Amino acid sequence: MPDRDIEIELRLLIEAIYLKYSYDFRDYSGASLKRRVLHALTQFDCKTISALQERVIHEPQAFMQLLQYLTIPVSEMFRDPSYFLALRQQVIPVLRTYPSLKIWIAGCSTGEEVYSMAILLKEEGLLDRSILYATDINPHSLEKARQGIFSLDNIRGYTENYQKAGGRQSLSDYYIAAYDGALFDKALRERMTFADHSLATDSVFAETHLISCRNVLIYFNKKLQNRAFGLFHESLCHRGFLGLGSKESLDFSNYAQRFEAVQRQERIFRKL
Amino acid sequence: MNGSFLDPAPRLADRRFDALVVGASAGGVQAMLELFATLPASYRLPVVVVLHLPEERHSRLAEVFQARVALRVKEAEDKETLSPGVLYFAAPGYHLSIEQDHSFSFSREEPFHFSRPSIDFLFESAADVYGEALAGLLLTGANDDGAAGLAWIKRRGGLTLVQDPADAQVPTMPQAALARHRPDFILPLRAMPSVLAQLDAAPC
Repeated sequence: MPDRDIEIELRLLIEAIYLKYSYDFRDYSGASLKRRVLHALTQFDCKTISALQERVIHEPQAFMQLLQYLTIPVSEMFRDPSYFLALRQQVIPVLRTYPSLKIWIAGCSTGEEVYSMAILLKEEGLLDRSILYATDINPHSLEKARQGIFSLDNIRGYTENYQKAGGRQSLSDYYIAAYDGALFDKALRERMTFADHSLATDSVFAETHLISCRNVLIYFNKKLQNRAFGLFHESLCHRGFLGLGSKESLDFSNYAQRFEAVQRQERIFRKL
Repeated sequence: MNGSFLDPAPRLADRRFDALVVGASAGGVQAMLELFATLPASYRLPVVVVLHLPEERHSRLAEVFQARVALRVKEAEDKETLSPGVLYFAAPGYHLSIEQDHSFSFSREEPFHFSRPSIDFLFESAADVYGEALAGLLLTGANDDGAAGLAWIKRRGGLTLVQDPADAQVPTMPQAALARHRPDFILPLRAMPSVLAQLDAAPC
């Protein structure tokens, strides 16, 4: 395929997806999006992006399949343990002063982070007065998150993370092993609300005290990243907290002056 | 490979380069310290490097290089705009790409050639942005990452340089590149500084 054609077809595909399914990838970072679409071509056995576009428009199932390539459902429990340790030590003492808590995990993927957060809150005695909103654009990921079953293969790594994150018990206290899965405690799930929400097209739905959005904004261009920071700023209560991925920052956004760093190393910020 | 040692001046004199991308794995630190120490503080091109490292380690590359190199050295950051005369290292654990607006973008796609960051990802995205104004350099290394990316740079009209496998501490990476395409230069490390200097001497 001539290179210029690829650029044209890619834009048309993204536009078609938006028009047909209202999923808006138009302001995603171009390089990674292009790689993922080209990768999907081989999986769909399509020669051109145009051929893929035809299938995506006429077969909703094909679109759902493509969505799995366009979003990157990679996550783990207590990923970057030092982040959770910093939340425990520096954010929890402030959250403790509120009578009720709303926490938003934006781009929750398959749920590993929201279960991690729920365990942390439980150990700090705050889970009973918390609501955790877990949102994502990928319905398959949300469904997995709702089930709260994670592969046993990964549990050893998660257990290590949990301990490094300052875990007070044993991670195995929170799940039952069955077949090759670890089914997490229903009591954790009772405080969670899962919802389809797009940082690209939807608006704020609640006032929150803490938002954790990690390794989501790296896939957005600056314009869309600014939109997301705008939503977070609007959603957070006075002096609310924002946690980002280990290599994400507000520095190159329009919101650099509207948050202060609580723990720069761990990317934890506070609304000004 | 003999023709590659000819005076490169005639081929580079009329061309303007706006960025240099570099990839290496095993043996790369030593080779790059030697090479980048020759670049003057006034060097105009941004230099962007992917060096394979163990994934989750906090990288001290920038500090190590800053002590020995005249250019400003830093770890690339997501959404940061590339500046002239800065030597950027890719952060461990994330793929590094360059966007059309000349800013960096990070991603957490699966490792490619067992590597994250992947040299191919950087090279291909940079070629899409800079086209003919890009120079790509592949050095010593122990796997195939970078070979496809370098060929892509060439296809988009950019300039490609490969370390002579005989000169490389680990020849696998340069050999893989040579199996894919014929680069503009195949050079031992000691011959590279003059070429890198000429990239900067382009017409305005």
